[in-house]
Amino acid sequence: MIIAQQKPVKDIAAMISDCNKVLFVGCAGCVTVCLAGGEKETEILASSLRIMRKLEHKPIETVTFTATRQCDPEYIVALDNMVQEVDAIVSLACGVGVQYLAERFKDKWVVPALDTKFIGGATEHGVWEEKCGLCGDCVLHLTGGICPIIRCSKSILNGPCGGSQYGKCEISKDVDCAWQLIYDRMTALGKLDKLMEIQPPKDWTKSRDGGPRRAVREDVMIG
Amino acid sequence: MRLQYASNVRIVEMPCSGTIDHRVILHAFEDGADGVFVAGCMEGDCHFLKGNIRGKKRVNHVKQILDEIGFGGERVEFFNLSAAQGQRFAEIVKEMTERIMKLGPNPIKAVRGHTSCGGMSPTSTDGKEGGIA
Repeated sequence: MIIAQQKPVKDIAAMISDCNKVLFVGCAGCVTVCLAGGEKETEILASSLRIMRKLEHKPIETVTFTATRQCDPEYIVALDNMVQEVDAIVSLACGVGVQYLAERFKDKWVVPALDTKFIGGATEHGVWEEKCGLCGDCVLHLTGGICPIIRCSKSILNGPCGGSQYGKCEISKDVDCAWQLIYDRMTALGKLDKLMEIQPPKDWTKSRDGGPRRAVREDVMIG
Repeated sequence: MRLQYASNVRIVEMPCSGTIDHRVILHAFEDGADGVFVAGCMEGDCHFLKGNIRGKKRVNHVKQILDEIGFGGERVEFFNLSAAQGQRFAEIVKEMTERIMKLGPNPIKAVRGHTSCGGMSPTSTDGKEGGIA
């Protein structure tokens, strides 16, 4: 899932300092799971900003709504009536949701309440780690299910660098060397020989080459 | 015991301090409470094992939010005491009331203006949250 974290309340307040009525839109997708922009977080942020603005003697009126997903046009249609009377929209979605709202509500000031961080998962309650580099050409079948693109600090594809010591990366003693993990796992699986196979250069044209990427499934397209 | 404690304390009962929600505390302040304290069971005595630990963490998060927005996190506090400690409850009420008296009234109480419109309201349950209104 996409991992995001809320911006400082003061930064969000500054974005809507000239607004009197604001719509706060949460998202029930990834940001609910990573506890950054779900229904609860949306209510807490709205309440915090109401208190803050009252302290400044500039009370603000808030409307809150949590969309099933902000990254699907069909789920933000429900906002059409709500946005009419507001001066601004604060999106508690990832960067995708913010852009969908900005695109649909062209005459509204749409601002992000979150910083979109990375694609990852929870390692324990309250801790999330980056796991996927979105390279567009997955190599996990070659590396024992451990992504060298994002989990190796240098994204090296041919084994550990000289900075790998005692299983840790040279950037921090808290960061595992991805290639040590890969080596250990392939050893445990009895597939170490697979690491010796010569691989062609990775196809980076499927990554950030050529601008924004697009995925099409013609069989599910309507019309 | 016939213990005396400040008459301006409003008790909101909840089934466990672990059910306290950030929104309940924030809305109490929006509604004019001068201070809020959450009374949870003694650590290690939670019927639900970690309810009071989680409640305390949540209260500490609310403190951070209130400090961040300039309201002051010292207006909210978490205390541990057992249901048999009436004497301690009265002491805490006195301590908290004195703290709030020093801080003065809720700074947003006098400011008239908008509040929320639409969205979900916090669900009131019964438990041990004490609001000093």
